[in-house]
Amino acid sequence: MADIVLDKVSKKFPDGTVAVAEVDLEIADGEFVILVGPSGCGKSTTLNMIAGLEDISSGELRIAGEKVNDKAPRERDIAMVFQSYALYPNMTVRENMAFPLRLAKLDKETINQKVDEAAKVLELTALLDRKPANLSGGQRQRVAMGRAIVRQPKAFLMDEPLSNLDAKLRVQMRTVVSRLQKQLGTTTVYVTHDQTEAMTLGDRVVIMRGGAIQQVGPPQELYDHPRNLFVAGFIGSPSMNFLHAAVEDGKLKTALGDVPIGERVRRELEGADAPRELILGIRPEHFEDAELIDDETRRRGMEFDAPVEIVESMGSDKYVYFTVEGERASAAELEELAADAGADFSGGGSNLVTRLSAESPVAEGQNRRVWFNLEKIHLFDPTNGRNLTLHEGRAAGALGD
Amino acid sequence: MADTTTKAKVRWGLLDLIVVVFALVPVLWIASLSFKTPATLTDGKFWPREWTLDNYRTIFQTDQFVRALVNSIGIALIATLIAVVLGAMAAYAISRLDFPGKKLLVGVSLLIAMFPQVSLVSPLFEIERQLGIFDTWPGLILPYITFALPLAIYTLSAFFKQIPWDLEKAAKMDGATQGQAFRRVIAPLAAPGLFTTAILVFIFCWNDFLFAITLTSTERARTVPVALSFFTGESQFEDPTGAICAAAVVITIPIILFVLFFQRRIVSGLTSGAVKG
Repeated sequence: MADIVLDKVSKKFPDGTVAVAEVDLEIADGEFVILVGPSGCGKSTTLNMIAGLEDISSGELRIAGEKVNDKAPRERDIAMVFQSYALYPNMTVRENMAFPLRLAKLDKETINQKVDEAAKVLELTALLDRKPANLSGGQRQRVAMGRAIVRQPKAFLMDEPLSNLDAKLRVQMRTVVSRLQKQLGTTTVYVTHDQTEAMTLGDRVVIMRGGAIQQVGPPQELYDHPRNLFVAGFIGSPSMNFLHAAVEDGKLKTALGDVPIGERVRRELEGADAPRELILGIRPEHFEDAELIDDETRRRGMEFDAPVEIVESMGSDKYVYFTVEGERASAAELEELAADAGADFSGGGSNLVTRLSAESPVAEGQNRRVWFNLEKIHLFDPTNGRNLTLHEGRAAGALGD
Repeated sequence: MADTTTKAKVRWGLLDLIVVVFALVPVLWIASLSFKTPATLTDGKFWPREWTLDNYRTIFQTDQFVRALVNSIGIALIATLIAVVLGAMAAYAISRLDFPGKKLLVGVSLLIAMFPQVSLVSPLFEIERQLGIFDTWPGLILPYITFALPLAIYTLSAFFKQIPWDLEKAAKMDGATQGQAFRRVIAPLAAPGLFTTAILVFIFCWNDFLFAITLTSTERARTVPVALSFFTGESQFEDPTGAICAAAVVITIPIILFVLFFQRRIVSGLTSGAVKG
């Protein structure tokens, strides 16, 4: 077990593209860290550099305090689980799991004992004599994990290990991975493009974009206090609503009406180079059917009327989509996020996703009065994506002062 | 529906039959000739009227043929082994690594494969005489390797490209050196490719006549295809056809054995289960 430190680690490919730019990251001993971001953000390259499968162009990588930049993967004593599982098809499950131990020249008895132990943990005992071709996807995935845990390495690296499983199995394996990591207490770096996995698995989440770290923190912190537009849009499902907002007479003109702003944000906006146009961000759960809230809550937000487009009942609550008039929020980050999600189609006007109580009698086609929480809104500068409502790392909504 | 499939089956069956007959009749004819006595050799009957093994006895009694058979087997096996080993290394590099001059290397090897061999025969003859390897085993092995290598590199790099690269990365992460990763993970998976290539190269060497007749002059290195052309009867009035046919049948047998032996190893789908999707 060991800590992993990335000190200004960069990766520049021979053709000049910079895949990873000066990444600083300290991963504590036993910590479970998730690297997440859209495709091409440099998360896999970062992982490969930690593994030793990619050279580090500049910067320093230390594992357990020792600089390992120039060490071969086998000298780093870390195990990796690949997205493709990469099982050796000519070997049985037992041989697959024993492979790293045999290379380490352990004696036969120890190897068998360790393989049996790992197989028991992952419930693979009955499959030990099968070849990978005769295993299901989930079983193959477990063999890949078994091969990693069997030699008790200093750290685990996982490159989207669950992305090839079907949805139900993925959720199940998520808890298996989580439990296993807690049980073994081994430092783990886990790469995924799935924000749900990132939110549910890690002690800390590292959000990357274009080779640079956007924000590092516990999942809840990233969710509640995103540092910029990209983090806000990436974390959360359904994702945060973004609306165009114009600053006028100390208020924000938005499609949802005039939103008042607090002292601190106002001061921030008084600067000479302060933006006149902002992006307003509200998470779906910070909306509520105006009929269903008490007066105390009502005072903390404001209300608007909008036509209901679609109602998706989830049982526990309802996802209600509203059409609102007005300009679409636009920023480079938002376009990038949309492109990553494959959402290059977006109807006319702005769409609003809200998550209302299941009791709400809302129906498609009607006009509905909706309340939203002013304390929970975020304001972003569209030019650089910065979250203006964030103060000392906390978001206090537009009203904060 | 059933009618059309039966009809289709019959049609395909007939077509296959024609192809097989077309390919096998000459072979069977040779086999039949090899069992005929000199008197009935030219009777034009497909089925020998009188069976004899004399022709086979004759060829194995002549030192000429046995010696050529040894030469053929030795030269073809050595050339195959070297070409496959070198080809495997080159193909691995081509399919896995990006190095300067890679395209040039592939292009040049393709060029060699396409070069008309006839035009090289005279220069090779001169070169080999100067080097003193004319009429020796190396004198044939070297040109065989030269022409077999492009073939080996092409076939093998296609096979290596099918092996997921992740396997090699996984082996490295599991603590293998580059060499161990190749020997213990990649090579076993590339085995079908290695065997296929070996068969192709072996057949190429075994069948070659052009180099063998130009670059040899005595029994020291003369291979069977050439030795056959030098067969004479016991006197100049005797027709060696029967013996030549018997020898032709004999030299076909190693090829058949070779293919049958290695064909079992060419199991398709050996890499299935390695990676998902």
